[in-house]
Amino acid sequence: MLNYNTLMKQKNRIKGGVKTPHYKNTAKAETKVMPAPEKVEITMLHHIGAPCLPTVGKGDQVFVGTKIGDSDKFVSAPIHSSVSGTVTEIKKRLMSNGAYVDSVVIKSDGLQTIDPAIEPPVVNTREDFIRAIRESGLVGLGGAGFPAHVKLNPPKDKKIDYLLINAAECEPYITSDYRESIENSWNVISGINIVMDFLGIENVLIGVEDNKPATVKVLNDIADTDKKITAVSLKSKYPQGAEKMLIYALTGRKVPAGGLPMDVGVIVMNVASVSFVAKYLKTGMPLVRKRLTVDGAVVREPANVDACIGTYIKDLIDFCGGFTEEPYKILMGGPMMGVAQYTVDTPILKQNNAILAFNKKQSILPEQTACIRCGNCVRACPMSLMPQQLDLLSNSGNAEGLVKYNVMSCIECGSCSYVCPAKRHLVQAIRKGKTIVKTKGSK
Amino acid sequence: MPENRLIVNSSPHLKSMRTTRGIMFDVIIALVPAVIFSIYFFSYIAAVIVAVSTATAVLFEVLYNLVAKKKQTAGNLSAVVTGIILALNLPPVKSSIWIAAIGTFVAIVIVKMLFGGIGKNIFNPAIAARVFLTVSFAGQMTAWVAPGVDGISTATPLALIQNGTSVGYLDLFLGNIGGSLGETSALALLIGLLWLLARKVITWHIPVSFIGTVALFSFFFGQDPLFHVLAGGLLLGAIFMATDYVTSPTTWIGKLIFGFGCGLITIAIRLFGNLPEGVSFSILFMNALVPLIDRYTVPKSFGEVKANA
Repeated sequence: MLNYNTLMKQKNRIKGGVKTPHYKNTAKAETKVMPAPEKVEITMLHHIGAPCLPTVGKGDQVFVGTKIGDSDKFVSAPIHSSVSGTVTEIKKRLMSNGAYVDSVVIKSDGLQTIDPAIEPPVVNTREDFIRAIRESGLVGLGGAGFPAHVKLNPPKDKKIDYLLINAAECEPYITSDYRESIENSWNVISGINIVMDFLGIENVLIGVEDNKPATVKVLNDIADTDKKITAVSLKSKYPQGAEKMLIYALTGRKVPAGGLPMDVGVIVMNVASVSFVAKYLKTGMPLVRKRLTVDGAVVREPANVDACIGTYIKDLIDFCGGFTEEPYKILMGGPMMGVAQYTVDTPILKQNNAILAFNKKQSILPEQTACIRCGNCVRACPMSLMPQQLDLLSNSGNAEGLVKYNVMSCIECGSCSYVCPAKRHLVQAIRKGKTIVKTKGSK
Repeated sequence: MPENRLIVNSSPHLKSMRTTRGIMFDVIIALVPAVIFSIYFFSYIAAVIVAVSTATAVLFEVLYNLVAKKKQTAGNLSAVVTGIILALNLPPVKSSIWIAAIGTFVAIVIVKMLFGGIGKNIFNPAIAARVFLTVSFAGQMTAWVAPGVDGISTATPLALIQNGTSVGYLDLFLGNIGGSLGETSALALLIGLLWLLARKVITWHIPVSFIGTVALFSFFFGQDPLFHVLAGGLLLGAIFMATDYVTSPTTWIGKLIFGFGCGLITIAIRLFGNLPEGVSFSILFMNALVPLIDRYTVPKSFGEVKANA
């Protein structure tokens, strides 16, 4: 029998990184399908780029898959209803990034009637394919939410020879991509084949951390007929799944600072995104549901949940048995890069892959003390930056110094803050530093 | 649901267990063998010196914070580390008891706290205090005695060798020689080094480059490299004082340069200077160069196109 772990080794070891605990508590259980809640709220910004404008109004009847928001901007992706029912309100919602965005509230009729206009798209050419991907509303499901039709349509002068599939899932707790790979392996592989065919890409590598040998085995088993698709076992080390790290680990190529994967001939797609591509071409149903890992110390029944986009966090938690005790922190995403929410009345987004709820002890971070210059952050930084220096420069508002020390290269993975014995808020300081550079630059 | 309690802060939301206090505690554990050996060789006086030095170091930090109306910081145990290391730098004689108190005042109040406290000091507190004491109390600081309860005055191996007397390697290695509390036993210091490396408190770069440079250059100048490594405060300095986070570079290449510089100055002072001992001065001098080394050893960042002018 083939030993898939030795079939193909990772090409390069990433520098730095940290050994975080895994907490993959929900890996074993099958995904639970959550019925449509009574009410969903779908914001007009699920992606990097321009927010959509609502294409429906108060009182309109919508179905599952009905387009409710779109934009004429290039970097954007349309948004669809995840339930059938009536639009009751269009309001402004304060998003995590501090912006107010239109948000469509839909009262479900409980029937989940599919929009009659939905049918599998006719896709013959590359242009058809890109158009279909745009209409599907697909955004990068790994968390960043970059519109897929933009990513899959690089300028002509960029020659792409590698499609990389990100199934590393290096964030603690999160297992949604793992369940996708196991439960929908065939969609993953056929999605890969579709993207390969339409974009004319020859080589595909699927990056998986070695704490998920099942993913490597399952995907290699069914991809066997096509030798150009290989799942590669990567060392479990955070942030192995960060885009630039994954590209380096799998191909040995370094994305230049300020550049994109296509600059080194690579397109990276999350495993759930590529799986969705296959599903969409078969059914024509746009992106209206998402699998999320619901976990954390205060969640009664942690699980992977397949939920309607726009479901409120509190409904999602109720579906998982509610809270065992009072939550002190609610995260969208993993503990390393996730965004803390100020209310459980926040609706979930397309690119969410986890909702975590922490107890008091997990939530209150230790107070920061003086930097002792131990250099642990320097060793932990996968981008070879000097976080302790950036911390100093950011706190003194030194824009010139921040640029010199490459503040803009920081991927905000959190490795430096994680290892810091003085518990410095390094990522926070670096984010502030980026803002200092941006505002100084525009003056 | 009382959700007004939800905490919102910047990611990451997960932190490692390692703390400043934990690191300092590891350093204290690494110092224990040296303390035990010094008590074994020099009897109770060694214990008294260590106790006084540690207690006064903590006391001065607490008092400073009280007077300056600052948050108490002694809980991070760095003053304990400074106290023990300074004690290990003193001769095993009665005068060292009050010398220790003066030394910790200089180390904690002047060298550390007045510069802004932990993390802000330019010079290693224990090293700066040792140098201060050496020049201010030259007699008391060189009152070397041979191991044993009798306290017969003797010379250090480095001084002995200048008179042509030879010292056995085994005595040098175990610490059965004249010298300060902690610099005599190479074995105890090396046990401490292994602990620090195993606990990942320090990396090998500074001790290896420091000691290696001294060995290499003593060999070039026709001296006995092993003797130069084992004698004097080299191991104590290279393992516990040159590796002080605050006063050494943060990148590995910077650490190698720092260690090399320390080694070079040490051997220059030992061979060409008037003093038999060069370790303290070399570290003190290199401490001052750390900002410069840091500036020129910034690592190339991942995917950096070219140096940003």
